Amino acid sequence: MEFKVIVFWILAVVLVFASLRVITARNSVHAVLYLVLAFFNAAGIWMLLQAEFLAIALVLVYVGAVMVLFLFVLMMLDINFDSMRVGFRSHIPLAAGVGVLTVVQMAMVLWTKVQDTTPPVGATGQAGYSNTKSLGMVIYTQYVYAVEIAAVILLVAIVAAIALTLRRRKETKYQNPSQQIGVRRADRVRILNIAASPRDETKP
Amino acid sequence: MQILTQLSLAHFLVLGAILFAISVVGLVLNRKNLIVLLMAIELMLLSVNLNFVAFSHYLGDTAGQIFVFFILTVAAAESAIGLAILVVLFRNIGGIAVEDLGELRG
Repeated sequence: MEFKVIVFWILAVVLVFASLRVITARNSVHAVLYLVLAFFNAAGIWMLLQAEFLAIALVLVYVGAVMVLFLFVLMMLDINFDSMRVGFRSHIPLAAGVGVLTVVQMAMVLWTKVQDTTPPVGATGQAGYSNTKSLGMVIYTQYVYAVEIAAVILLVAIVAAIALTLRRRKETKYQNPSQQIGVRRADRVRILNIAASPRDETKP
Repeated sequence: MQILTQLSLAHFLVLGAILFAISVVGLVLNRKNLIVLLMAIELMLLSVNLNFVAFSHYLGDTAGQIFVFFILTVAAAESAIGLAILVVLFRNIGGIAVEDLGELRG
């Protein structure tokens, strides 16, 4: 047995186990940590498929950013998770039936139709081939508009997330720069014209 | 025993199918906990990405990996907005249980 095949089976088994634990974990923090494990194993499988750049991007973007965001929100909010597990067991038969049926049907179709064991064609096996370089060659020429749309989507996501969670407190004092700039002398200083009176010599 | 000793495209596709089914099961099982629902959706997108990468490798075409980029982008945006909505929800109704969301109903 090839070493690559052994690695695949280890990664696949751990991936399936971790994703099963994600949906069954009693504590949601544990679920997030198992999801991190699942993403790591998926990155390993992508590495086996010679998609090195995407594997590293998955670890950086998902494990480094998105899952940390999940952990942040989870720990920031004080959530009672026990009340949410009411009725968990009563859904198991239906859910397991649907899941097993899905897997069996898909596996039957895939095993009969896609028994493709031929090694991949193309330049991926040559010396000096760079996955990152070949992706970069395509992504900034052929798919450049799509990349720009993706950038706009990220911008919209930033604006939406900030606009949703921004909360203006009533008791906090804010400066208003436009009012500060537009102020006039008459708003600040009032000069009174008081007539002078002679000094009273009788007092000490 | 050729299944165990030789990798093919079908191995990766079936693995993706298993992941997808697991996340569908998770959506049904955890339908009261919004944060686990979001995680199940992430898992679902991961299985789709696995299919894209597998096809890209076995067909020798990098276009599949480009699409994984866009799916990752949309998934990151989706989870960021989802978590922001979660935080707003928690502030307003004091919890994230899905059945409390019916308050908007007239």
